Amino acid sequence: MIVTLLLLHLVVGAAIIGAGDRLGRRAFAVAAVVPIVVLLALAARMGDVLDGRPVVQDIEWIPQLGLELGFRLDALAATMVLLVSGIGVLVCVYALGYFSHPKPATARLAGLLTLFAGAMVGLVVSDHLVSLFVFWELTSVTSYLLIGNDDRNPRARDAALSAILITGAGGLSMLAGLIMIGQSAGTYRLSELVVADLGGTQVAVGAVLVLVGAFTKSAQLPFAGWLPGAMVAPTPISTYLHAATMVKAGVYLVARLSPALADVGVWRPLILVVSSITMLVGGWRAMRQFDLKLLLAYGTVSQLGFMILVFGMGSYELAQAGIVLLLAHGAFKAALFMVVGIVDHQAGTRDIRLLRGWGPGWRPVTVIAVVAAASMAGLPPLVGFIAKEKVLDGGLHGEFAGAGLLVTVVVVGSILTFAYSARFVLGVIGITGRAITARGEAPDDTEVDSTAAVAPTFGFLAPAVVLAVLTIVMGVAPVTIDELVRTATVALDPSASPKTVKLWAGFNTALLLSAVVIAAGAVLVVFRRRVADGQRRFRTWIEAVPDADTVFIGTVRGVTTFAKRTTRIVQNGSLPIYLMVVLGVAALAPLVPALGELGGLDLPDVNGRWAHVPIAIVIVMAAGGATVARSRLAAALMLGAVGFAMAVLYVVEGAPDLALTQFAIETLATVLFVLVLRFLPSRIDELTVAIIAPIRLAVSIAVGGAVFVLALVATSARSDVAAPQISDEMLERSVPDAKGSNVVNVILVDFRGLDTLGEITVLLVAGLGVVALARVARRRRSDPAHELLERLPLVDLFSRLLFGSIVVLAAYFLFAGHNQPGGGFVAGLTAGAAISLRYVAGGATAVRRSVPLQPWTVLGGGLAIAAGTALVPLLTGGSILEHAAWEADLPVLGTVKTTSALPFDIGVFLVVVGLVLMAYEAFGDEGSIIEEAGAT
Amino acid sequence: MTILLALVAAILFGCGSWLLMQRRLTRIIVGIGLLGHGANLLLITSGRSGRAPIIDGGGGYADPLPQALALTAVVITFGVTAFLLALGFRSWQLTQDDRVEDDVEDRIIAARREREAPSGDVDDDPENTFGPDDEPAENPT
Repeated sequence: MIVTLLLLHLVVGAAIIGAGDRLGRRAFAVAAVVPIVVLLALAARMGDVLDGRPVVQDIEWIPQLGLELGFRLDALAATMVLLVSGIGVLVCVYALGYFSHPKPATARLAGLLTLFAGAMVGLVVSDHLVSLFVFWELTSVTSYLLIGNDDRNPRARDAALSAILITGAGGLSMLAGLIMIGQSAGTYRLSELVVADLGGTQVAVGAVLVLVGAFTKSAQLPFAGWLPGAMVAPTPISTYLHAATMVKAGVYLVARLSPALADVGVWRPLILVVSSITMLVGGWRAMRQFDLKLLLAYGTVSQLGFMILVFGMGSYELAQAGIVLLLAHGAFKAALFMVVGIVDHQAGTRDIRLLRGWGPGWRPVTVIAVVAAASMAGLPPLVGFIAKEKVLDGGLHGEFAGAGLLVTVVVVGSILTFAYSARFVLGVIGITGRAITARGEAPDDTEVDSTAAVAPTFGFLAPAVVLAVLTIVMGVAPVTIDELVRTATVALDPSASPKTVKLWAGFNTALLLSAVVIAAGAVLVVFRRRVADGQRRFRTWIEAVPDADTVFIGTVRGVTTFAKRTTRIVQNGSLPIYLMVVLGVAALAPLVPALGELGGLDLPDVNGRWAHVPIAIVIVMAAGGATVARSRLAAALMLGAVGFAMAVLYVVEGAPDLALTQFAIETLATVLFVLVLRFLPSRIDELTVAIIAPIRLAVSIAVGGAVFVLALVATSARSDVAAPQISDEMLERSVPDAKGSNVVNVILVDFRGLDTLGEITVLLVAGLGVVALARVARRRRSDPAHELLERLPLVDLFSRLLFGSIVVLAAYFLFAGHNQPGGGFVAGLTAGAAISLRYVAGGATAVRRSVPLQPWTVLGGGLAIAAGTALVPLLTGGSILEHAAWEADLPVLGTVKTTSALPFDIGVFLVVVGLVLMAYEAFGDEGSIIEEAGAT
Repeated sequence: MTILLALVAAILFGCGSWLLMQRRLTRIIVGIGLLGHGANLLLITSGRSGRAPIIDGGGGYADPLPQALALTAVVITFGVTAFLLALGFRSWQLTQDDRVEDDVEDRIIAARREREAPSGDVDDDPENTFGPDDEPAENPT
């Protein structure tokens, strides 16, 4: 059921966005269907939930990582769903009136709103911490899109960016914290965490990280700045996201985790400090606003601090009070926002200095404003009063450290709340505006005349009416919410035994404190001008509390400045400098830990075989020569010498295939070098700036040193770790499984055939690149001034003779390679050597005559054959590269065994031959037999 | 792996790095070749040496896996060398030089960032934006 409902949000939301502006404001009517369905489904299961039987649904996501989408609808989740979907329906209805003249992209708001609602429902029904995180971030993303929907307004874009950066960063911190807690507790289930016995440093640190996430989401100081900024969004969006639902996600998370974490680490003290400051500073700032919406925004910041404070203490009595507060706040804050939207929509302003009373028909609006604000101020008999009473009562009976502080903060905060609630009411009904106008302090905006504003239609007003009625009903008859609240409290903390929710709890200290709040609040209201003067004087003091706006702008500015400087230094365009950095890091990063290993290392022998000594001498001398050579050709030949010495080393080490390959490659590479380098000047003139050379030397020595140390460490590591002897297994299984006794070849074409397939693809791309680069420059082949190779008859004769025999050798290597030294690579390179001979004799023309196919045909055909061989087993139900063997008795040849590796190897062979042909096509000169060649 | 061969590999890597950090494409290509040889030497000496791994009923075979890996590496290095040579060839055709110039685009980017610095900044003006403006650039080139 749960997943179906979540998918419904997704489908409808996406459909509305897809339909675009064709729907206009009707999109909100479509969007309203989804929360209605959710409410109906909730009603159907409410009986079970209230009996303590949560609706559970689990979906495997990544079972290997223990990740699953675990959903659990218990009474607290049901309360939240009730808030999210209930207010969702009302907001959709309200939006129909608010967007009476829809602008472009208004319909998109409805779609995004639906998606957001889905994310929010998903968040509150998630039982698995990771799925909770996913939905948490989805609400951040949809909130970003909703705030920034008017994407031509730079303020909307900035506000959206600020919101997502702050909540997103908090979300990441939260993820880290959740994982630390989950790993330590051994479970990622909220329902199991609550009853787990948590403790230890890891959990304590994780708890702080989670709190950072909750603080950003629920706009606690110093992360509160994004919430007032988000008020740039249309009022229905602000009502829904930034008053009633999304900002409560942090509260919800704190509520869920507090029973388990309240006594761990700094959870409770941190909340006491942060949320107390937030509640007080938010209330203080709300009292200074002229914009009704900003007043409510700061009021929301304050109330969110209040709620986190209440839930964060880990006391079930306070938690029960908090749940009442959640419901109360959802109702009155949404109603107040709707009132602001109505005022703004009808009068064209929401500045209380410009609202100077109303014409006929506005009485219902003012009544709603008064009722909702009274509930916010905590006046009886409204639900806000019950909530605050219960909080005070819970705080007074609290047995945790800081209970006294909590009560004090709540009392002072409530006085401020009373004051800004009154400011809101006085502003809406026009008393403040008239007084300010009478003093001549109103802004010069004569365009606006609230008394002439048209009263809202009933449909526009109806959702706010519903909320105001609910505020009264829940207050007068708390029995309507009693069962839900009590079950939700038990769902939160299974050890709780909550009392009945009552309006009248008798004469007690809490009631006395409530009276104090009302009296003190009334004093603030009566002397509001003096209070405002006082606030102005204290402005510098109170505004010293760092605000996320300042932090955010400072961070953004710092990051861009830093990025600019870094770019200027790092991205200087010089390849040698880039490589210096890369090589330097690559050398030093592993060198430091490796040096630590050197102490307890068994050093290997200085020398193994005496044959190594002359080889080493040749390699070192040739490498040194290649490095210092001032002549291009000398450098290339020295490189070739290193290669040949390496090939000898391979022979000594028992690697005949490798040695053959190396010999053939080195020959071909040397020819290639000569073909290209003949165009360039023979001497290499030094280009390096003097200052670079010592750094380059240092980096080179560091790289050499790192390789030396790593080689020693790695050698000893391999002997003391019982590594799986994969090589021995390959030796054992080569003949029985792959029908080949040349294990290296078997590895290439069978065990690791997919690697080889990838490799020859790389060769193909390299070949295409070579020809593409070189041919553009050599387009004018028929240039008469072009020098042709002179034909040498004797060389031509011998090369023709040798060509045939070398090709036969290549064929032998190809077909015998599975059991003897050889294989596709060696055969291809050998054939390449034969082709080189033809080139020497007759230039590129002779090459073309010897191999009638186009080079790219050979190259592509080879890859096609290899890939085809790899794919054939799929047709017969096998897996890619699956091995097959055949045996046949042929009349002349006797018994012939072959395997599917052979066509694969032929493909490899053709690719290598094709690459060689491509190289001659690219760099080679035409031979003097060009007249015979005809068109190519 | 013996100390001697580790030393040889280190020298190959050191020389290869030195050449790689040059401006002449020819030297860079030679450098890549030397680095490739160094890497293959490390690979091949990481396994045990012995008789060629061609099954004939005896024992004491060399480790075949590093050989197969090195063989692949050898061929790939050839492909890379051919491609780099083509690059050098093309560079010669265009500029009569095989010098690796500074990346002009990078230089332009650095210069432009500097010039546009004020508009990318955030200031307290609420009308200003954090991100890149959607207005056209100052001089559309």
